[in-house]
Amino acid sequence: MLEIKNLHVSVGDREILKGLTLTVKDGEVAAIMGPNGTGKSTLSYVIAGREGYDVTQGEVLLNGENILDLDPHERAARGLFLAFQYPVEIPGVATMQFLKATLNAQRRSRGEPELQTPDLMKRVRDAAAKLGVSQEMLRRPLNSGFSGGEKKRMEVLQMALLEPSVGILDETDSGLDIDALRVVSEGVNTLRSPHRSFLVITHYQRLLDYIRPDTVHVMAQGRIQRSGGPELALELEKNGYRDYIAEEAA
Amino acid sequence: MAARQETVARVEAIDVDAYKYGFTTDIESEKAPKGLSEDIVRFISAKKNEPDWLTQWRLEAYRRWLTMREPDWARVHYPPIDYQDLYYYSAPKSTPGPKTIDDVDPELLRTYEKLGIPLREQEILAGVETRKVAVDAVFDSVSVATTFKEELAKAGVIFCPISEAVQTHPELVRQYLGSVVPVTDNYFATLNSAVYSDGSFVYVPKGVRCPMELSTYFRINEQKTGQFERTLIIADAGSYVSYLEGCTAPKRDENQLHAAVVELVALDDAEIKYSTVQNWYPGDSAGKGGIYNFVTKRGDCRGRNAHISWTQVETGSTITWKYPSCILRGDNSQGEFYSIAVSNGHQQVDSGTKMIHLGRNTKSRIVSKGISAGKSQNTYRGQVSAHRKAEGARNYTQCDSLLIGHDCGAHTVPYIESKNPSAQFEHEATTSKISEDQLFYAMQRGLSAEEATALIVNGFVRDVLQQLPMEFAVEAQKLISISLEGSVG
Ligand SMILES: Nc1ncnc2c1ncn2[C@@H]1O[C@H](COP(=O)(O)OP(=O)(O)O)[C@@H](O)[C@H]1O
Ligand SMILES: [Mg+2]
Repeated sequence: MLEIKNLHVSVGDREILKGLTLTVKDGEVAAIMGPNGTGKSTLSYVIAGREGYDVTQGEVLLNGENILDLDPHERAARGLFLAFQYPVEIPGVATMQFLKATLNAQRRSRGEPELQTPDLMKRVRDAAAKLGVSQEMLRRPLNSGFSGGEKKRMEVLQMALLEPSVGILDETDSGLDIDALRVVSEGVNTLRSPHRSFLVITHYQRLLDYIRPDTVHVMAQGRIQRSGGPELALELEKNGYRDYIAEEAA
Repeated sequence: MAARQETVARVEAIDVDAYKYGFTTDIESEKAPKGLSEDIVRFISAKKNEPDWLTQWRLEAYRRWLTMREPDWARVHYPPIDYQDLYYYSAPKSTPGPKTIDDVDPELLRTYEKLGIPLREQEILAGVETRKVAVDAVFDSVSVATTFKEELAKAGVIFCPISEAVQTHPELVRQYLGSVVPVTDNYFATLNSAVYSDGSFVYVPKGVRCPMELSTYFRINEQKTGQFERTLIIADAGSYVSYLEGCTAPKRDENQLHAAVVELVALDDAEIKYSTVQNWYPGDSAGKGGIYNFVTKRGDCRGRNAHISWTQVETGSTITWKYPSCILRGDNSQGEFYSIAVSNGHQQVDSGTKMIHLGRNTKSRIVSKGISAGKSQNTYRGQVSAHRKAEGARNYTQCDSLLIGHDCGAHTVPYIESKNPSAQFEHEATTSKISEDQLFYAMQRGLSAEEATALIVNGFVRDVLQQLPMEFAVEAQKLISISLEGSVG
């Protein structure tokens, strides 16, 4: 469960999040939709603990625990996963090596035994097969020279392996063609469970045809402006974000 | 991944001034009087019981050195060295020269054990490693033990302290000593020729593939003592040898001088692989103390199809001045230089290579990875030249720098010179930073800042680590992480 309470975030003198409140319950898939530049990625970075953002007010609770004072890796070990809008290349580090390092680092900090290589390889191969990630890709340096679609698959592959309790997907649909979108969405759908919450950030309604949300939230001007069910997404598709931006300006 | 995990555990277990080889060995030593003079040169020569030609050779070097000036073209800064305020010879009293292992002072054996270098052959054999490595252990000015000598002798390989080779194989030493790095070569090499005390000698006969890795482990212990070692490796026609060099020194507040010369000779179809993991004391976090490392290393591909490759991992020393080079004399000969130079704190590194193409169809390859952190300066200086007759010479140079933090510097100074129009030289250079993006991404997946940095750096140096023998690569990887401790966050 993820609870965001009255979150205010600034970068330098500029306030980007202005009192954002949102709860995503266990088992719930919540979608955040909003115009570009409204602070959706900022929200995901702040939840994940990126430096450079000042939280001036508010709380973020992960399964009841305030995580704002924790380092990113500590939040990860407690079950938080962020699929990046722009996954990062790490030259010279083989993908398989990266997966092993991160998975075992999380297990260590939770006091669980590390996975031995054969066990780990099997898990990775199984998950990779489901997402159409080739063996050859696992040998290549992480994200180096991967296409946009390959990078997004790799994000979902990592999420599948790390089994988070809260998964945030930041514009995972951007840069995907329709086939890749289907594969990635199926990957996410199979991870849905009563013990896991998702926060799906997107600009377009299209993704929500594949990942059916329980709730939809419209974000604009650094706040949740309106919340509803899946029908809200369809309305946005028709009318755009005009109303919300105008409302703010007024 | 166990190795990486161990790295992380080790990184976590140490503080900022984390040099773990900084202990001193409490042992009585015999020293020459302080300072440098013809008498001191004669003293050293007499200690080693050298023939007259060698004494004269040293004296000539000394006289020459008096006329020379310390070079100042490198991007390194240090106060003037007082050459009269140093000891030029220091030997443990109990073990003034090589002995059988049972006669070596147990205190010395313990020192090497602490450094992770077992000198007893049975201990090495009992270890888990399947590969054997023969070790020559040099302590201050003398070699104290050489392992697996007999087994090597069966294959015809000579591996012993150079002081011993002068006695047992004078003709080989006389033929090759100074034939790659001439006595007059440069200030530090000339000084070394005058006062060198010990080092390793290797001769691999025609057609022999050396049955194990050879290595020398250098340890400076005494205060105010310069270490001037001399290594000479000769690979006769069609032979092969892989040689490893390791070095450490105690933490001391004053700077210590190390001016070594290494000469390699590869005859027709011979191959020498020379790997170094240099971990001299780098000084403390305030920039106090540390080794001045002024080293001349050169390989001569004297025969056709000869092949020499240098691989170095440089993490230590407060100043590094070092350019392992290849003279590609024989037609079709090949030279390689793979380097990882890590600098942190106040370290200054000026290192690189020279590839001198003299023969036809000679090839060279340079891969240099510089990592700078803290307030350090890291310069790659490389020269590639093709002689008039070097028809079809080829060079490929790749030079990458990685910066960690905002107060360090990386510099690339390539010199390229071709007197033959058919020569083809390629040069690529990049400078990058470990980005916030990379660190945050890796941390979001569960790695701590230190683990993330270690992983990214290991990725950066991967091409070069792959050139090292397996056991060394693991060791080097750990060392790099440890050297960068304190550079994150
Ligand atoms: N690190 C930063 N420094 C300065 N401005 C930033 C930073 N991160 C985001 N912003 C600004 O905050 C606003 C929200 O950006 P972002 O969170 O990326 O929006 P979205 O993901 O909704 O498109 C934008 O105007 C962007 O320029
Ligand atoms: Mg965004």
